[in-house]
Parts: sequence; structure tokens; C-alpha cells
Amino acid sequence: MEYEVVIGMEVHVEINSKSKVFCACPTDFHAPPNTNVCPICLGMPGALPVLNRDMVDKSIAVGLALNCTISRWSKMDRKNYFYPDLAKNYQISQYDLPLCHGGRLEIEVDGEDRTIGITRAHIEEDTARNTHTLGGGQSGVDFNRCGLPLLEIVTEPDIRSAKEAYAYLTSLKQILQYLNVSDCNMEEGSLRAEANISIRPKGQVEFGVKTEVKNVASFSGVQKAIEFEIIRHEKVLRSGGVIEQETRGWDAVRGVTVSQRKKESAHDYRYFPEPDLTPIVVDEAWEDRIRKQLPELPGARKSRFETQYDLSAYDAHVLTLSRAVADYYEAVVAAKADPKKAANWVMVELQALLSNDKMEIQECKIQPDALASLLQMIDSAAINGKIAKDVLVEMYASGLAAAVIVEKKGLTQISDESVIEDAVRKILVDSPEQVAQFKAGKEKVLGFFVGQIMKATRGKANPKLVNDILRRELKK
Amino acid sequence: MTKELHWKSAREIRDAVQSGAVSATQIAQEHLTRIDAVDGRVDAFTQLWRDKALEMAAAVDAKAARGETLGALAGVPVGLKELFCTRHGKTSCASKMLENFESPYDATVVKKLEEADAVFLGKVNMDEFAMGSSTENSAIKTTKNPWNLKCVPGGSSGGSAAAVTAGECALSLGSDTGGSIRQPACLCGCVGIKPTYGRVSRYGLVAFASSLDQVGPLTRTVEDAALTLDVICGKDVMDATSAVLPKTDFMGALTGDISGLRVGLPREYFTDALNPEMREKVECAIDVYRANGAEIVDVSLPCSDYAIAVYYIICTAEASANLARFDGVRYGFRHPDAKTVKDMYALSKSDAFGPEVQRRIMLGTYVLSSGYYDAYYLKAQKVRALIKKDFDAAFEKCDVIASPTSPTASFEFGSKSDNPLEMYLSDIYTISVNLATLPGISVPCGLTDAGLPAGLQLIGRPFEEDTLLRAAHFYEQNRGFDMGRPPVA
Repeated sequence: MEYEVVIGMEVHVEINSKSKVFCACPTDFHAPPNTNVCPICLGMPGALPVLNRDMVDKSIAVGLALNCTISRWSKMDRKNYFYPDLAKNYQISQYDLPLCHGGRLEIEVDGEDRTIGITRAHIEEDTARNTHTLGGGQSGVDFNRCGLPLLEIVTEPDIRSAKEAYAYLTSLKQILQYLNVSDCNMEEGSLRAEANISIRPKGQVEFGVKTEVKNVASFSGVQKAIEFEIIRHEKVLRSGGVIEQETRGWDAVRGVTVSQRKKESAHDYRYFPEPDLTPIVVDEAWEDRIRKQLPELPGARKSRFETQYDLSAYDAHVLTLSRAVADYYEAVVAAKADPKKAANWVMVELQALLSNDKMEIQECKIQPDALASLLQMIDSAAINGKIAKDVLVEMYASGLAAAVIVEKKGLTQISDESVIEDAVRKILVDSPEQVAQFKAGKEKVLGFFVGQIMKATRGKANPKLVNDILRRELKK
Repeated sequence: MTKELHWKSAREIRDAVQSGAVSATQIAQEHLTRIDAVDGRVDAFTQLWRDKALEMAAAVDAKAARGETLGALAGVPVGLKELFCTRHGKTSCASKMLENFESPYDATVVKKLEEADAVFLGKVNMDEFAMGSSTENSAIKTTKNPWNLKCVPGGSSGGSAAAVTAGECALSLGSDTGGSIRQPACLCGCVGIKPTYGRVSRYGLVAFASSLDQVGPLTRTVEDAALTLDVICGKDVMDATSAVLPKTDFMGALTGDISGLRVGLPREYFTDALNPEMREKVECAIDVYRANGAEIVDVSLPCSDYAIAVYYIICTAEASANLARFDGVRYGFRHPDAKTVKDMYALSKSDAFGPEVQRRIMLGTYVLSSGYYDAYYLKAQKVRALIKKDFDAAFEKCDVIASPTSPTASFEFGSKSDNPLEMYLSDIYTISVNLATLPGISVPCGLTDAGLPAGLQLIGRPFEEDTLLRAAHFYEQNRGFDMGRPPVA
């Protein structure tokens, strides 16, 4: 029997508002424990929540980017359960009327387009962080995280493989970063992904029993955890067993999922409307205001790059993966660099340096117009491409302008024919053996001469002139 | 005969302090002396802030000495219900759970009183977490009715009503979820107003039922109620449910003119369930309006019978969540025997919450449970909307609705303690007002043969406290008798 995989994703994103979702506390992640707290996020008696409007704006933006319908009227609800990381022992969330619903996200897997339905995106507050490393059998609770603004994005069970799940997450993250609503840092927990996985015999309509995988620290971890679960489900079913509905964690070291909570202990959350908050009423004007502020999203930008800059689909894809890189690229082009050359230098040369240092392009010392100037020096034959790469390394390290480095190091390309002629003649005289080989028809030896000439001119010789003069001299 | 300072109204005290006729310190000292004299019998105060009161009074006097303008409540001595958060002293909610709890912040209304130059004498008793109608559910002490020390002061703001009635403070701040200001005001013979939901900030009022709770004053005169309400009302950015409204002038609304006023009598309220003596007192009060040209109209509130059931579903549901935070993790009582987190919750809550609080938490948890939500909570919300509609319809025919505040006068301690349902009926006339988010006021309307106060309740349209206060003030000024002073005086 062949099985079909059914996956739905739940992603919690910490929205980068300046203050928490229901109080004025800062959202800084790195503050010492229990310093970004107030009576409201500590759940002190008498304190009341007030919804952060920026959170609603950003949530609407996400909803629109995911092609959701924005609810004209939605509300907050209380989700009741007892846990020490929950200040009030209820979480303010949205239950039956989420802010955003009925959307979709287009993804591409192995060159094939897929549409993943977005069931809903709703606002809620984050919980505190428990630590059990204090010793003496004591646990600590850090309420800095309690009340951080969270958006939970839930998909339809439309995902059919671990690879698709990975592509969905990548594409979602890309959109969130384009919207500049979250830093999407999985290690710091500002993006948390949970997968609901089940399998069913191909052709069967009913879903199989699902398991939920939580607490995974990376997208590739999610992919691996799903792969593991699919195999586990199949093994269990093929051997006549049954899948238990449960929550499982991912053990990245052993590469296995581990049972965490069985369904029997699932909570009755006793949801009811939050009486301390008024309904969220988003009229057309509000929605339009947010829609007008939406940046160009990755899909649209990629298409535009292909047509406007005549880039290959692949190059346009790579350059639009992150909004920062795409912005950088467009700034280089705007500073009058050749679009194709700029694409190559941003994607390959600059990216190599950044990757090496695990740096983001925003942190790069080379400003886009500085890179454009470097590329213009190649075009104007002031320096050659080989030298330009060395100059780029210098620029990257020092932040100095290309012209300054070229000037200081005397790297200006030698385009004076007589200087190159002298160098060529000298090499030919010094290498009679190779000259003989060339004359015997061994064209390959040409490379040797070019190398020697470049060496003699410390790489500064204009490569085209070197070639022309070399051939002319050898024919003599 | 000049009135002793402790019988002066808030308005009189304010005027005297503002004019320099008397100092705030004198007022504070006089009231502290009064408390020393009577509170051993009344037991209204749970915390007496002697030093704080004198310190606040001295600050008011210093302000006067500097020639600065004094606030609208200059020197007025105030007793705060135990559930208002104050940085000074404890905020216990009359519960073992918060016995030693000190709030890190002041409630918005507390700040507003302080900004108006009021002086805090301390905190007064209440039913634990405002759950009750007799103040017998306090974990701290038993407050007596100043008219008869064997009788309850009503609740949950029983300490507020008793303290004001016994001349221990001119003003007390209470809270009203289903009648907790009006019913004790009625039973003790003082004035108590529950403003429209949203009129006064709830920030710093320890929540019982968030969609019903509202802060209001208990005073000896309607004028003092208006004066206080002008000070404490207004939009608060810290309370999303507080309403944005034009600046009020409730004092200015007390014109003594009720021409054109239409007073509605809901036929469902004047039934056999109403004690005949209370009925007579209320009907006499209505005669005052009739005799002075008001139009008395018959109105109907058909859903009244469901009010108590609806109320006890909604208030317990909200309370079950609101009180969940008292878990021993961050503050409040933590049971010393608890070894695990689960035990900490169970032991702490079982030990530190009184029986009525536990009953309501369990009821509320039940009505929200999966499988019961639709039958109870959701249905209750629908009926709540119908109750509100009843009032909307009635207010097309009248400007205020008149009714008894409580079906009976005060009762003896213990007489209803074994029967929670009978106790719940104490609020039969007040509960609908909270469900419909309307303003309501209780004004004393005489004494029963047993010498216990009766109260007239007036109910107004949403945010029409001005009409409500004008009507209440008119009755008070024209009722033709003085309530006198309770025997404890």
C-alpha cells in the first residue's frame, strides 16, 4: 500500500513591535531576567491589558501578504490553563474569530508550484520562560518574554512532504522579513514552527492520526523531524500498529522524535471572550492604509528583476531571497552599475565574503554606491577583474573606497601598449623553450605567457592588450 | 447646633478646607478620633493609616499655605475598599490569599482621589474578592450595621457603607459587580452609585467579573456622590473598556428641577417577592416624584426572572479566570507543604480561598467547560443581550427607572449564610443594572419598624448619570424627613 503524507504547520512569530502586546514594556530579548516587566505582564491583581495597535497593523500586513481576508470584527479570548510561565494562568489569544483567515501562500518545490492554504493568523501573547538550572530543586521564571506580541499562523493540511514543509517555512520567513515585522530568529525563539503530521493510504479521504512535532531549532531540523515521523508512522502502520495522537519533541543529536505529551492529558482551555478588551474593528480605511504601505513582496520582485534587469530566473530568485540583499542590489544598480555585473558581484563575490564571516548584508562596510564605483572601474578599464576582486576584499575589510585603495596600492591597470610590449618581449626572450612549443602548434602555452606577464606587472596589465600584443609578438 | 466635623459632608469639608476655615489635619484628626470611638463596634476599617492620613492632610495644608489651589476633595477623609490597589499598606481583598500583599502600584481612581487632595484614612472591609452580599465572607473581620450591630451591613462593600454611615469617613470608594455598592448603601442607609460600565477606570480594581465590575462612591449625600464621581470618572488609557466622553459636571446637574421627568416602575419588580414594608417605603418615595410633577409610567422588564441565573453564570465564569492568577507563584499565599507545582496550586487555593470564592470558581469553571459552554455561558450572554434590550425599550417611555434597592432590609448575621441561593436573591433588583451596563443609585428612603434603613434604587440610561443624580438629589431634598444618625453614634 502506498501512503500519502498530510502535514499542517503552525508557526508562532514574535512581531517586532517596540512594546509588548498588552503593556508598554520593551521587547528587548537580551535584557537581564525580569527587568522588562510591569504589573500588567506580571499579571498583578487589578492590572488590565491594552492592545498594542502596532501589533494589529503588522498582523494585518502579514494577513494581506498571505492573501488572507482581514476580519472586519474580531476579538480576543482567554485561553485558560495553569502553568507557572503564564502570569495570569490564562493566555490572551484569539479563538473563534481570528484577525486574518482564509489565505494562501504559493511555494516552489523542485521547480513545481504549490499552493498552501492559510487557515488563519491570530494575535496572542507569549508566555514567560521557565528555567530549571538554578539548582536546589528550584525553578525560575523570567517574565521578560511574557506578553511579547505573537502572531500564530496556521496552514491547512495541504503540505505533502518534508521538503514542502521546508519550502513553506522558507517562503513564509522570506515574506515576514520583507514586511519587516519579525527578525525570525529561530534560535532566539522569535520564530517557532510546529508540524502536525499524519499519513493515510493513497486515495483515502479521512485523515490518519496525527502527531505534533514541537521545539525544533531550525528549518532543516523541522524537515528532518518530519522525515523521521513519516518513516515512523509508516513502520507502525505497516506492522499493524496504531499511531497515538501526541506531541513529540525533536532530539537533534540523536536525530529522532521523542514523545512528550499524550492526548489524554490535553487541556480543556475553556476559551471565552476577553472582557478586559474591546473588539478589534478593522474598517476598510484601516485595511487600505496597511495595504498601501505593503512593500513589494518576494514573488513580484523576482519577476520584476527578471524583466527590468534582464536577469535569469535563478539570479532573480537568489537576489530576492532576502529583502536586504534585493534592496542592496537595487541600490548598486541605481548607482549606475551594470545590472548583470552587479548581480554577479553581489551574489557571488560579496556573498562569499559575508558568508565567510556569517554576516548579513546590512552589516557590510561596503555601501552599494561604493560597489558600483568598483564595477565602473572595471568597465572603464581602470582596473581589471582580477584586481577588482582583491580590491573588493580590501574594501570589505577597511570600508575604504575602491579608488583610494587602487591609488594607494598603485593597482591602476596598465593600458600603455609600450609598457606591455616591453614586458611581453622580455618574457619571450626568457622563455625560448615555450616559444618553440607554441610555434610547434601548442596553443596552450599561451596561458603560461599570460601568467608570466601578469606576474611581471603584478596583475595590473590590461588582459585584452596582453593577449593582443602577445599574439602579435609570437607571430613575428 | 453646629455639626461635629465627622458628620460634615465631603462638600462641606472641602469648602471649609478650601476657605481655610478648618485645616485638613484637623479633619483627619477628628475622623481618626471618631474611628477610635466607634470602629471597635462597627469594625468597618481593616487597616487604619493613621500616619499616612496625617501626612496626606499635612501635605494638603502645606499646599494651602503656599497659596496653591486645592483640589475638589481637599481634606475629605476617605476609606478605600480592600480591593483597590495602593502602594501604601496592603491590598488584601479581605482574603487570606492576599493577606500580606502589597501592590506595586496605585489604582487609577486612587491616584485621582489623591490628586484631588483627598486624605486616605485606611482601608475598609468587604466580602472576600467582592463575592457576597453581607460582608460575612471577609477573612479579616465581621463588619456590623451601624443601625443594629446584630445585623449585616450588606455587601460586598459593607465596610464602605458602614464606615460612611457611622461617620468614620465622609466618603468611601466601593465597587459594584451585581449590587455591591447599592445594596450595602441601602442596608446601611447611605448613598451609593454604580456608574455606567466604562464611566470609571477599573485599572487597579482587583477584578471579580471584568464585564460587570464598576467603581463608585458611597457617601451620605447625593451631592457628595456627584462631587466624587466628577473626580474619579474619565477615560483611562490603562483601561481599554473605559469610555471616551465629554467632561462631566455632575455637581452642576443637581438643579432641583425635575420638570418633565418620567419615572418608570417595572411591574416585574413590585411583586410578592418584595417585602411589604420595603414596598411601602419605595412607594412613598415614588409619591414624592408624583407630587412634584414627575410623570410615573408603567414599564416592563420581561427578562427580569432570568437575571440572577444569567448573572451567576457570567460573573462566575469571569471570576474563575480572574482568580486563576492567585497561584502562589509570584505573590500571595503559597502553601508551605507544597512540594510540586500542582500541589502548590491545589493546596494554596484550597487553603487561602474562602468557601464562597471556591464555590464561584468551581461554578465558573464548570459553565466554561467543553460541552457545557453553549448551554450555559453562551446562552447567558444571549439572555444578557435581551435584558439590555428590555431596558432600552423601557427607557423609551421613561428617563429613570425606580425600584427597591434590596428586597429586604438588613438581616441578622448567619441568617442567610447556610443558603447561598437566598443570599444571591439580595441582589435581585441590582444585578440587571450591571448586566445591562447601566448606572444605578441607591438613596435612603426611610426606616423600617425595626429601625433599619430602606433604599430607593434609581436606574438611568447609559452615561446619563447627570439625570440619575438630579432625580436622586431631588428626592433626597424633598423626601420630607431626615434619616437621622444610626444608634452607634
